[in-house]
Amino acid sequence: MSRFVRLGETDRPGLTLHVDGAPVAALEGDTLMVALLSQGATLRQSEFGPEKRAGFCLMGACQDCWVWTESGDRLRACSTLAAPGQRILTSQPEATWPNHA
Amino acid sequence: MAEPRIIIVGAGPAGTRAAEACVQAGIRPIVLDEGRRDGGQIYRRQPDNFTRPYTKLYGTEAPRAQALHETFDGLNDRIDYCPETLVWNIADGHVRTATRTMESALPFDALLLCTGATDRLMPVKGWQFAGSYSLGGAQVALKSQAVSIGHKVVFMGSGPLLYLVASQYVQAGADVVAVLDTAPYSARIKALPDLLAVPSVLWNGVALTLALKRAGVMVRNSVKPLEILGDAADGVSGIRFRVGDGAEQMIACDAVAMGHHLRPETQLADLARCKFAFDPVTRQWLPERDGDGRSSIAGVYLAGDGAKILGARSAEASGRLTALAALGDLGLPVDKGEMASLRGDVGTYAKFARGLATAFPWPAEQAGALPDEAILCRCEGVTAGDLRAVMRETGAKEANRAKAFSRVGMGRCQGRYCGLAAAELIAAQAGIPVERVGRLRGQAPVKPINISIGDTDA
Repeated sequence: MSRFVRLGETDRPGLTLHVDGAPVAALEGDTLMVALLSQGATLRQSEFGPEKRAGFCLMGACQDCWVWTESGDRLRACSTLAAPGQRILTSQPEATWPNHA
Repeated sequence: MAEPRIIIVGAGPAGTRAAEACVQAGIRPIVLDEGRRDGGQIYRRQPDNFTRPYTKLYGTEAPRAQALHETFDGLNDRIDYCPETLVWNIADGHVRTATRTMESALPFDALLLCTGATDRLMPVKGWQFAGSYSLGGAQVALKSQAVSIGHKVVFMGSGPLLYLVASQYVQAGADVVAVLDTAPYSARIKALPDLLAVPSVLWNGVALTLALKRAGVMVRNSVKPLEILGDAADGVSGIRFRVGDGAEQMIACDAVAMGHHLRPETQLADLARCKFAFDPVTRQWLPERDGDGRSSIAGVYLAGDGAKILGARSAEASGRLTALAALGDLGLPVDKGEMASLRGDVGTYAKFARGLATAFPWPAEQAGALPDEAILCRCEGVTAGDLRAVMRETGAKEANRAKAFSRVGMGRCQGRYCGLAAAELIAAQAGIPVERVGRLRGQAPVKPINISIGDTDA
């Protein structure tokens, strides 16, 4: 079940990116957040609690929508545009954070 | 003498009008903006390949949005515009910036901070679940991406944005289940004398509420939020609340847009060592400034909602006024008559803003009433009970001390979304006025930056 609902502007060319290895279809002009939440309900696992997260402020202030490139660069999903061929990870590569839940 | 270097931080309504005033005075300012495009949050632009017209995106404010964007476009080759550039510190007379790959330190003769605002949040038990969004965030989703934050959306909180975003959602075809306002309706009557300062905006607000009711949306006042229901895996599934002292009610939904008006982004003013004062009307600490936008630090100026929440129209006026003040201070000729007229405009908007604060009060008492198990800090999952325990164990009653012991305000958002509520909770628990709790000090970097980026000299 998707979290976000598209209400217009759907007549845009499509693109495919990969999220955790799986192909995700998006539209040109989508942010990573919209691309991911138009297909699924959540973006990432909280490091401090049991719950999944799906972002909060959408304006680059809360840092709740972090995702990573395969080379380890951290991106804010709300303010990064989806691009064809992008390979995104929803947990930080080569680093583990203890979950204190 | 070399041309003075004016740096403007922010390209929203205040920053754009400030840049315009500089260019008209023959100065080429540097405009640093975190956004990908100009417009700020309120007049945020949609991606280039989107086709919705201005009227659809900005409603009654469409002509203002269009005029502002066109002004900025016209400045294009007469300013040094740096989009996607974070100002992360102000120290030793330099503005420290970071892009994805590069760090710079820029000296300045005048620094105009037009940093804008973020949502003011009152935590509700369950607000950590996926599907809870800030009101401003819900608006950004629609405005810049043409999506709704959920299939069934509840709007909860207070303030003009609550009604504005809810009606924008209805107009765009989203399923808005309810608008739950914590403010009593009577507060609006009390606020009328001040709200009449800007009748057109008051009327816009009345029209929005009527349109929501006509569309069949449940609108309630005097709401006491109890809990956002949900689970760890799937997120939000409903909301529990009371109206006044009435019976508990429950509504099913998969998204909640929440917020209580706005708070200014004052961290950079803090790092520039501007003096702050407590504003009893909004219960916020604000940087001090004179009527023209001069801060307590020579060469540092403050404009728009980043200094005090007076709205976008006021931000255009104060952006221009503050730039004129800076230009005058640098010895350039400025029109004193125009400055007086802009001061008058800002005064009118300030009266209206005071009316909004009366009509849609910040429900400070909700923070003290948060159950122990409610999460207060969304970043790190610190609960209201954790903070209360820290207060009992350490005696901490000051915001920064309580933060050091509890980590409330130390997470990724750096207290933007929990800080004001945490202060109210501490005040309630300690039985002291909230101004005695103090304010969280701004810390550099004001947002996370990569530690691997390179340096460049200005």
